[in-house]
Amino acid sequence: MNEAASSAFEKVIEINNLSLTFKTSDGPVFALNDINLDIERGDFVSLIGPSGCGKTTLLRVIADLEKATEGEISINSVSPEQARMQRAYGYVFQAASLYPWRTIAKNVALPLEIMGLSSAMRRERVARNLELVNLSGFENKYPWQLSGGMQQRASIARALAVEPDLLLMDEPFGALDEIVRDHLNEQLLKLWDKTNKTVVFVTHSIPEAVYLSTHIVVMSPRPGQIHEIIKSDLPRMRNLDIRETPEFLSLANRVRDGLRAGHSYEDQ
Amino acid sequence: MDSPDTPLRYVQWSSRVQRTLQRLALMTASLALGVLLVSIVQGASSGAILLAAVLLVAGNFAARIKIVEHVQGAMLFGFISTVCAVLIYYQLELYLSDSLDRGSSVEDFSLAGAAKAGFWLVVISAWLTAWLCVDHLASVETLSRFKNSFLSVLTPIIFGVWLLLLWEFITRGAGIPQVLLPAPSAIGHRIANSVPILLADFKQTFLKAVLIGYAIGCVSGFLVAVLIDRSPFLQRGLLPIGNLASALPIVGVAPIMVMWFGFDWPSKAAVVVVMTFFPMLVNTVSGLSAASNMQHDLMRTYAASYWQTLFKMRLPEALPFIFNALKINSTLALIGAIVAEFFGTPIVGMGFRISTEVGRMNVDMVWAEIAVAAVAGSLFYALLSLIERVLTFWHPSIRT
Amino acid sequence: MNIKSLRLSFVPVLVVLSAIIVCWYVAAAVLNTPWQQDKFKRADNNDYSLVELLSGTMSQERPVLPSPHQVALEVYNTTVKKKITSKRSLIFHSGVTLSSALLGFAMGTLMGILLAVAIVYNRALNKSLMPWIIASQTIPILAVAPMIIVVLNAVGIQGLLPKAFISMYLSFFPVVVGMVKGLNSPDASHTDLMHTFNASSAQTFWKLRLPTSLPYLFTSMKVAVAIAMVGAIVAELPTGAVAGLGARLLAGSYYGQTIQIWSALVMASVLAALLVMFIGLIGKLVNRRMGLEQHG
Repeated sequence: MNEAASSAFEKVIEINNLSLTFKTSDGPVFALNDINLDIERGDFVSLIGPSGCGKTTLLRVIADLEKATEGEISINSVSPEQARMQRAYGYVFQAASLYPWRTIAKNVALPLEIMGLSSAMRRERVARNLELVNLSGFENKYPWQLSGGMQQRASIARALAVEPDLLLMDEPFGALDEIVRDHLNEQLLKLWDKTNKTVVFVTHSIPEAVYLSTHIVVMSPRPGQIHEIIKSDLPRMRNLDIRETPEFLSLANRVRDGLRAGHSYEDQ
Repeated sequence: MDSPDTPLRYVQWSSRVQRTLQRLALMTASLALGVLLVSIVQGASSGAILLAAVLLVAGNFAARIKIVEHVQGAMLFGFISTVCAVLIYYQLELYLSDSLDRGSSVEDFSLAGAAKAGFWLVVISAWLTAWLCVDHLASVETLSRFKNSFLSVLTPIIFGVWLLLLWEFITRGAGIPQVLLPAPSAIGHRIANSVPILLADFKQTFLKAVLIGYAIGCVSGFLVAVLIDRSPFLQRGLLPIGNLASALPIVGVAPIMVMWFGFDWPSKAAVVVVMTFFPMLVNTVSGLSAASNMQHDLMRTYAASYWQTLFKMRLPEALPFIFNALKINSTLALIGAIVAEFFGTPIVGMGFRISTEVGRMNVDMVWAEIAVAAVAGSLFYALLSLIERVLTFWHPSIRT
Repeated sequence: MNIKSLRLSFVPVLVVLSAIIVCWYVAAAVLNTPWQQDKFKRADNNDYSLVELLSGTMSQERPVLPSPHQVALEVYNTTVKKKITSKRSLIFHSGVTLSSALLGFAMGTLMGILLAVAIVYNRALNKSLMPWIIASQTIPILAVAPMIIVVLNAVGIQGLLPKAFISMYLSFFPVVVGMVKGLNSPDASHTDLMHTFNASSAQTFWKLRLPTSLPYLFTSMKVAVAIAMVGAIVAELPTGAVAGLGARLLAGSYYGQTIQIWSALVMASVLAALLVMFIGLIGKLVNRRMGLEQHG
């Protein structure tokens, strides 16, 4: 009990004064400016903001897909590159990005093959993680034989197969319709609660962010920066009905106000 | 291939074409019948042709009253046109043996007077009827996959067979000299009678020059593409040159290769190597860059090594491109080997045979070689397509 | 390829090209050395320097591999310095080949477009003829070239036409295939839109199908013009034609005139490249006019 309590406050991600500038032919673009963010174990953090606010860039910096030009960032107190080498996180893209020539099971096994796991271990992990996303029975189907929602679930299973403590998700449900999206949100929340993983989630949907998160990071564009971090006091485990409650609505309003205030930079 | 045109308009258009075709077929058949009857009065006999004319008139007339549905139509017209084809062929054979008996030249087709016009009218009418059969076949709508694929094979086959039949009827009917255009049956005879020569040529040109050159050219193109893969600089430099090279008349290097590697097959294989190298290089390079940024990012999040990324993601992604090059090259290789033989070769080989037999005006032998080349070329291509279907079953162009 | 990527690849292309030329020189030196040594030996000159040997390999009359500057000089001599009417002028020979290639290309393209329209509008043709046209692309059609030339000669058709006929025959197939694809390429939403306007088939053709098919047409025309050039050259081989780049190749190979072969080859390549680039340029202009050019 005690141990769990202490690990609950362990910092998974620490970001201090981080900036990222892209050099283009039209001059520098300040994608991220002076970002400070700490994420603790078991948090579900949503990055929300209008397009161009750098939320995806921030996630890519965490994943070592981009390099920061200034400032410090550490994942589990090592650099993002080392974290990537240790396969410390799973990454879910906006599109499922499954290989059409591999079956669902083989797709989920892909990162495990790269890590060099034995085939028995791969089989066991694939089965477990497909079970987790309710895709048992589809092991031998090809991605193109599945619906968009199922493909995205398979890609989540693929990210989970690495068994990371940290899950990075870049608008994973952005391309899906609202009904499928609600359903997957609910499943994701259950999964998070069950596995006690840390999740960083990029979205531009206010209800989605409020429904899922323990912390909502509101970002604003030009230059991309954090406008406000809102801590949610909703219970950890929620069902979809919570979206009708006044607490939920007031939280959603705070996020909306934050986004609006962030936007006002643009008008000046 | 379905046209995105509105179905209703298509059907109306199609039935209008069919009505016109049928009217034409009936008209020519009736005309043929009339002409043939006159010729019988005059004393010339051509029983088989007369029978065909009667059949065509009766069948087309019956179709005007009875036929309401495409399957029925296709079957009726198919039956009539097939019987007519047999009758016409029989008449030609009859005439051939007749004129051989009389010792006269085969090339002078002289059914007496009006009978000759009747013969041509029957050929035209029978062909129109066959075309009606094809048209009806093409209009058949079915949801069964099996029937659909059966129809998609049957329709072109009927068309192709009738093309050959027309060729046969016209060359023999009009007595076109062998040196200009031999009849398909003559070419068939020639193939059957010269199997050893054709086989020797096939071995020399296809099994040695084409296959060896093709293998070396494709493998080296692929290897160079993989080697320069890590250098964007070399890629940017080689890609435009490779693209340009595929537009150049590379067969022209044949005389040089003959000087360097001698008359025998290695010089032909060398031409094939040069011709197949660039398409493979260009296609493999673009295939290797076909993976999306997101897929690259994915492999990066797994901290996958260069070779892991290459074998697990980029090569499978490049397979359709590589097969594209393999298929293009299969045709190029055959062309290269045959044309290179025009520049000098030992006395065996398909290109050698073509150029010498053309000189001797043995055109039927040339056609026989071309037939062998065509069959070899399309079988080679079909084999590659088959392997492609097995290996890239997942690609959108194949799985639909 | 847009301007930006052209600028990006200019230096690499230059570097690769100069690497090729360097390799060419090295290969020429190596390949021509035995003969040169032989020559020195015959002249009882056993005391030659490396420089003499190298310069010797670069100036043979019938080298195994002529060096680039020999080929360039030959091209220069036979283009700029000779009168166009002269039998030894490369421009004269290029003109002969080019005219039959272009005539054949024009006829083939026209026929290809017409047949493609017929195939798209007639379901029976589509289902019966189209498979054969696709299959015929796998056949080494070029092999019939000698026969067509000789047979047409026998009927009394001589000169430009038989060669143009082969070019036509070769360039016809890619155009049909590309154009059928192009004419069938409009989205369902676009054809539906025309349908809501109650457009006739002719209107749909002129206002939708033909414009959308143009990029496909130009792509296949690039293939067609390249292959028409090959056809015209090969067509000059079998009859022992006296004029044309193919005839130059053949004559060169008879008499071992390697420099002549290479210069004809260079000329043919330059012409083919120019033709393809010209068609590509027109295609690009048309695409831009239609707003299909991608910016970036």
